[in-house]
Amino acid sequence: MDDLKKRAKELLETSAVKVVIGYEQGTAGKTRALFAEKPEDADRLIFDSRCVQNLAVYVTKREAKDKGKMAITATLPVMRSIIQLASEFQVNDNNLLVLGITPGSELMEFGNLAEVETFVHQYQIEIDASYKEKLDKLDKMTPSERWNFWIDELTPCFKCYACRAACPMCYCIRCTVDFNQPQWIPVPSHELGNLEWHIMRAIHLTGRCIDCDACFNACPLGIPINLLTKRMIEDARANFGGYQPALQGEHLMSTYKPDDKENFIQ
Amino acid sequence: MNFDRHLIRKDSLEKLFDILKQNNKVIYAPVSKNTKVSFKEAGSFSEITTGYVQTAQSSKEVAFPRTEKLLDYTKNREGISVKGTDIKDFPDIVLWGVRPCDATGIGEMSAIFNWDYKDEIYNSRLSHVTVLGFSCSASDEYCFCTSVGGNPGNTEGSDILFTQLGKEGDYLAEILTEKGSAVVTLASGLFEKDGEIKKEIFLAEVPVMFNKEEIRKKLEKFFESGQWVEQSLKCLGCGACAYVCPTCACFDIQDEAHGKSGSRVRCWDSCGFSLFTLHTSGHNPRDVQSQRWRQRIMHKFSYMPDRLSVYGCTGCGRCSRACPADMNILEHLISIQEATV
Amino acid sequence: MADFEPKIVAFVCNWCTYAGADLTGTSRIKYASNVRIIRFPCTGRIDYMLLLKAFDEGADGIMISGCHPNDCHYTSGNFHARRRWIMFRSLCDFMGIDTRRIIFSWVSAAEGARWAEIVNSSVASIRELGPYDNYKNIAKKPVMETENHG
Repeated sequence: MDDLKKRAKELLETSAVKVVIGYEQGTAGKTRALFAEKPEDADRLIFDSRCVQNLAVYVTKREAKDKGKMAITATLPVMRSIIQLASEFQVNDNNLLVLGITPGSELMEFGNLAEVETFVHQYQIEIDASYKEKLDKLDKMTPSERWNFWIDELTPCFKCYACRAACPMCYCIRCTVDFNQPQWIPVPSHELGNLEWHIMRAIHLTGRCIDCDACFNACPLGIPINLLTKRMIEDARANFGGYQPALQGEHLMSTYKPDDKENFIQ
Repeated sequence: MNFDRHLIRKDSLEKLFDILKQNNKVIYAPVSKNTKVSFKEAGSFSEITTGYVQTAQSSKEVAFPRTEKLLDYTKNREGISVKGTDIKDFPDIVLWGVRPCDATGIGEMSAIFNWDYKDEIYNSRLSHVTVLGFSCSASDEYCFCTSVGGNPGNTEGSDILFTQLGKEGDYLAEILTEKGSAVVTLASGLFEKDGEIKKEIFLAEVPVMFNKEEIRKKLEKFFESGQWVEQSLKCLGCGACAYVCPTCACFDIQDEAHGKSGSRVRCWDSCGFSLFTLHTSGHNPRDVQSQRWRQRIMHKFSYMPDRLSVYGCTGCGRCSRACPADMNILEHLISIQEATV
Repeated sequence: MADFEPKIVAFVCNWCTYAGADLTGTSRIKYASNVRIIRFPCTGRIDYMLLLKAFDEGADGIMISGCHPNDCHYTSGNFHARRRWIMFRSLCDFMGIDTRRIIFSWVSAAEGARWAEIVNSSVASIRELGPYDNYKNIAKKPVMETENHG
């Protein structure tokens, strides 16, 4: 992607940014993150349909932030993550420049995060049809069948936390599982430990997840944990009209409406 | 001791499996789930998956389970009663279908569990394991066993090593230990004369990419190198590499209490986690990812050979395959070897 | 199971439901004794992990109760709680956790008799459902040892 390389080079040559976070060729036909710090590094930047890793996970990392102002190549999911992070005060216009990549794979540079937000708001967060089918299938099961399904699916999980590490929204320096006074979520990867970890992960992402599938892609054991986060997105739509990352305003779970509807409180 | 070589027919493998099951062996074999292959207890031969290069996880769980009870305790009026794990209780396990790199990993991990303290529980579990290794007829760009002293037909660590003689072929069975002989005795009808087979022609090609002794020497002067930071920028700090590795042995100990009774449980841990070395004082000697990445490489290629006389890597490539950020350990090792200090 | 008496943990807010439960007592209303009450300043303080912990420790059912909407002592705590419960309950149901064993209510300080009714009906329904074996099986048997493989 030549415009991207050119622009990245310019930004580095003029020291407008100290590092450009993008994608480069990886192993075995995959792509991976590139931290271009010297102008010649920018020659390694690529972009194509394989580039699905959510790079926004790096903008909250000390190692990247400490370098100075960052630029990041951002597809729509990455842009959404960035706006969500900005709304949670984790990034701002001073430390991040967004080199957007439109759904048509064109470079679109943004002057500030407000412009990114305008772009992002043109698109709704929509669960892919194949996943809607999977969710439907689960909905049609009895609770008992669903329990068995999840206990079985989660059994391979060995709590490597790759899902947590790959998610841009999991930036807590000390995760809830890392507390042991008291130990809320059992550490060992037995059935209880796995179940409760995945429930809490989904719950802590409610209203914040932008459906990038980074968690599922990161899982070394192919466990479909993104079904949980997608379910939360669908529930948010069904109950509260859905949500969008937004620089101003309240988040789904940090606000309420006096007339929020439910049918289970006596 | 002179060990035997036999031929075993392709169709006899299932019979061997059944005989082992009939003799109350628990068989762990590669089973597919969600497109990934891992070692799981196999009830029947048909559950076993083939046609893959390497499993997602190693087979270390048979001796070092991901969660393991060490003891139970109960507090009562008289005091505290403790009941430790009964090490005589472990089942006999047959590990079916491990690659030579996994088999050598067992020895490397055992060095850690028998270093300054002999881990009875680990040793006892391992003593119940019979390793049926299968040579590799295929490899991929992640494999580098030949760079760390291994090879696709390596017999080290296996009790029997099977090599398939061509795609639909029968198997050469090299009987390497007493445990291996015991299996042959159980199923003697299935093992025939071997007829001077040369297994090398059926093995995968794995080019040598680096020299582990050179790396070890380089690492002695490499601690302060800026390369650690460069290499680890994309590392996300999860535990995937440590957990899938056949030689990684770090563990956490958790007490799971329910009122007056509870259990002490050992479970896997990873040096890649940011809080791995967090002290109660709040000080963290490895609070940046580059320090943790450096530790990982140095532990496997410098500290272990120095202290335990074995390297901590078998070149299986799982860490690189599992890594969500494509950290590719092989690449990093090559760049360490090529670096000028 | 004729002898089974469910263990139920109730997470209640101090200003409404706790006071209401107090009124039940001072009114000398007899009601089922299966419920262990945990007092919170507000339902808005209730964390999801606390609810799961109750099941971990062997509860057969849990009750969560607070002030009626618009009556929260801290103005909006119960509104936040309600929104959380909607999402949490849905996720629990999705994972196959038996949501019939999770009972939510609004009970005010004046509703002593009503608290007794809600407790009695909850205990009766959970007694019918029986012990919460699914959760108990994974909570009491914390270690799988070599059976726990992918």
